[in-house]
Amino acid sequence: MRKSLLRAVAAILIVAAAGMWLAAGANRGWSKTSVPVKRTDEVTGLTVDDYQKRFVPGIDFLGAALLGSGILAGASFLLRANQPQT
Amino acid sequence: MTNHTTHMKTKGYLLLALACLSSAALAAPETFDFKDPKGVNNTTFKLDAPLEALSGNATGISGTVTFDPAAPAATTGKIVVASSSMHVGNPMQQQHMLSDKWMDAAKFPDISFEVKELKNVKTTGDVTTADITGTFTLKGISKEITAPVKFTYLKDKLSQRVPNQKGDLLIIRSTFNIKRSDFGIMPGQMEEKVSDTIELTLSIAGASPQ
Repeated sequence: MRKSLLRAVAAILIVAAAGMWLAAGANRGWSKTSVPVKRTDEVTGLTVDDYQKRFVPGIDFLGAALLGSGILAGASFLLRANQPQT
Repeated sequence: MTNHTTHMKTKGYLLLALACLSSAALAAPETFDFKDPKGVNNTTFKLDAPLEALSGNATGISGTVTFDPAAPAATTGKIVVASSSMHVGNPMQQQHMLSDKWMDAAKFPDISFEVKELKNVKTTGDVTTADITGTFTLKGISKEITAPVKFTYLKDKLSQRVPNQKGDLLIIRSTFNIKRSDFGIMPGQMEEKVSDTIELTLSIAGASPQ
């Protein structure tokens, strides 16, 4: 029972992390906590990137999720199988 | 009759003096302040290493430039960028970039460019292009560099940006490359991840209130 639970959590973790990463634009760089948003001044025509706080997961996020998931799945193999009740 | 002639002469001299004064005022060099209340002035930096690309900007711009639309070759001035205003999206990269290993923003708070001379000056309408030579100072090391520059002089446009303030605007744009190794920023190290060549793009507007 505990084995199955750990494996299910591992699967949910990696699927959720991959889903988040894909939904945020599949950023192949490092995770970001702020993203540039362009703003143009009408009079001068100059454009500036204003950084707004937003989390964008990167490959490090995906790697951490994969590692966590692997640890959980690996731990499930170390657990003893349920002993049949006598 | 003599009085009338003298009066006419005086009037003529006054008109001439006024004309001279106004033309002098038009041709006079103006000093533009680049501390932008709108926060649009910025310089971007791009590094494209084989394994990693990095980009960001800095908005802490200050300095003054004296520009004469009638004689742009005589432009002088200094632009300063606050190192601490440099920003990238990843917080760890940001921390590393400003640390004593890389930019050492605490010890070297300013990055500056001071104009020495302009060459190949060409003016068409409000736009002047040139090759600008000056002293670029980064992490306490000064080097003479030459970069292409574009000045756009916007006469009487300040009031459109800052209500109730009359004056002119000067926009400066320039893109050029520097090598971090020339300025003692981890020379020869980690070049596969942090490119030695840095592309800098300056986009700034200065105001000359009247």
